[in-house]
Amino acid sequence: MNNTWLSDYVIIPLILILAILAIFPLLVGYIVYVERKVLAFIQSRLGPMRVGPYGLLQPIADALKLLTKEDIAPRNADVFVFKIAPIILLVIGFTGLAFLPMGEGFELFGYDVSLSIVDVNVGVLFLLAIMSLSTYSLVLGGWASNSKYPLLGALRSAAQMVSYEVALTFTILATLLLAGTLSMSGIIDAQREAGLWYIFVQPVGFVLFIIAMVAETNRLPFDLPEADTELVAGYFTEYSGFRWSFFMLGEYAAMVVMSGLLVTLYLGGWMRPFPNVELLSFLDFIPGFTWFVLKVGFFIYFFIWLRGTYPRYRYDQLMGLGWKVFIPVSIANLFITALAIIVMDSVFG
Amino acid sequence: MSSAAFYLISAIILGGALAMITSRSLVRSVIWMVVSFVGVGALFLLLEAEFIAAVQILVYAGGIVVLFLFVVMLVNLDELQRVEYLHRQWLPAVLLICLLLAELGFMMWAGAGDTVVPLPDQDQLDAVLRSVRGGNVETIGMTLYTDYILPFEVVSVLLLVAMIGAIYLAKERV
Repeated sequence: MNNTWLSDYVIIPLILILAILAIFPLLVGYIVYVERKVLAFIQSRLGPMRVGPYGLLQPIADALKLLTKEDIAPRNADVFVFKIAPIILLVIGFTGLAFLPMGEGFELFGYDVSLSIVDVNVGVLFLLAIMSLSTYSLVLGGWASNSKYPLLGALRSAAQMVSYEVALTFTILATLLLAGTLSMSGIIDAQREAGLWYIFVQPVGFVLFIIAMVAETNRLPFDLPEADTELVAGYFTEYSGFRWSFFMLGEYAAMVVMSGLLVTLYLGGWMRPFPNVELLSFLDFIPGFTWFVLKVGFFIYFFIWLRGTYPRYRYDQLMGLGWKVFIPVSIANLFITALAIIVMDSVFG
Repeated sequence: MSSAAFYLISAIILGGALAMITSRSLVRSVIWMVVSFVGVGALFLLLEAEFIAAVQILVYAGGIVVLFLFVVMLVNLDELQRVEYLHRQWLPAVLLICLLLAELGFMMWAGAGDTVVPLPDQDQLDAVLRSVRGGNVETIGMTLYTDYILPFEVVSVLLLVAMIGAIYLAKERV
């Protein structure tokens, strides 16, 4: 190994960061394409078909269109805040991506390369802290537009994200108790040592996390901040061109980050299914990155699936669900998990 | 390296705080406040207190200031534009600042000859970090729930009282 401080903390992360910056926007374009196709199939339509075979070049055409549009700010807007709001969301989304352990480390040209760019010992906490800042983008964007629908959307998003963050945090805490660490790669290691994915010990937490995740990323059936039947497009009504595309990129980055966190916490991250069963060890030749992409991809599909099948909640139902069902259930889940750990420790430990 | 980072972060914190109190728009004040808070988080990170850094951002920047923003957005901003910028208290404020600066200057001047306690070097720091098993999350948890259990519980009760009070006030008006 000829790893040095410089290669570990500067060069390798920088290469990975540049790779993500280069690949991710294109990937989001194709997630949007898949979303349009899947929604179209659910609704017996064809979806994009015109640009390229099966509309495969549609994302590129869309990106070119968005980038060449005029950058407009409404006359009465607070222009400075209006302009930075989408950038905040984009930066936060991309920062979140850096915390995901995307595969096992490997050796390249004599250097140990780790596929999690930032592997700090309080990774989960940092990820939550970073993601909690994304509320600012929506609230500031909605407020700065100086128009009533964006303002309503902004208020809704602030209330919704603050409420669901509480339930989300309590849910994650139960898993962290099992893992005994706050590090993302530490959680995967703990699942390897325990020989099972935490979905099997935390089924309630898993379900809570999925629903809170949908609410946290403002996706249907919880997309009240942008509810297009009531609020035109919510907080980004006044946005167009590349600033609008920043909001979209940020939203999809948040979906990927939350799916990645879910996969890490409950589905063993980049490990193959049933890591303790010897019978399946012939699967070991598949790199961990593939499993990670497959698992995250499934949950992206799940987001789209939900959007195609469920009607939107009413706002008071959403808040009632968050405060009266999710928070009590997640606290009970945490309590039972803690109790079980103590009992198990004193009986078998 | 780390002292350069310290000065950079301090400049961001102070700049954010200064911009916060001089900004005429309440919403921009809130933005600068977040900048300042994130800077404080970075300062904790520099001291190898990752847990406190993350909590600083999660609780202050991500939670409390969002609620500030929520309230500020609904306040009538036109009223604020008409408020006189430096109010009537500028004379006592300037006097107090002078007093504070004089005090600080005197302390620096009086302590100039004293021996400075050397900062622990990296080996000593690493040894301390190794001795606290599981890093600073566990250390903070153990300290809070053993040595400081009484203050901790008192603070919890205080928060509970504030919460009950808020709910009571809100209920009256419904």
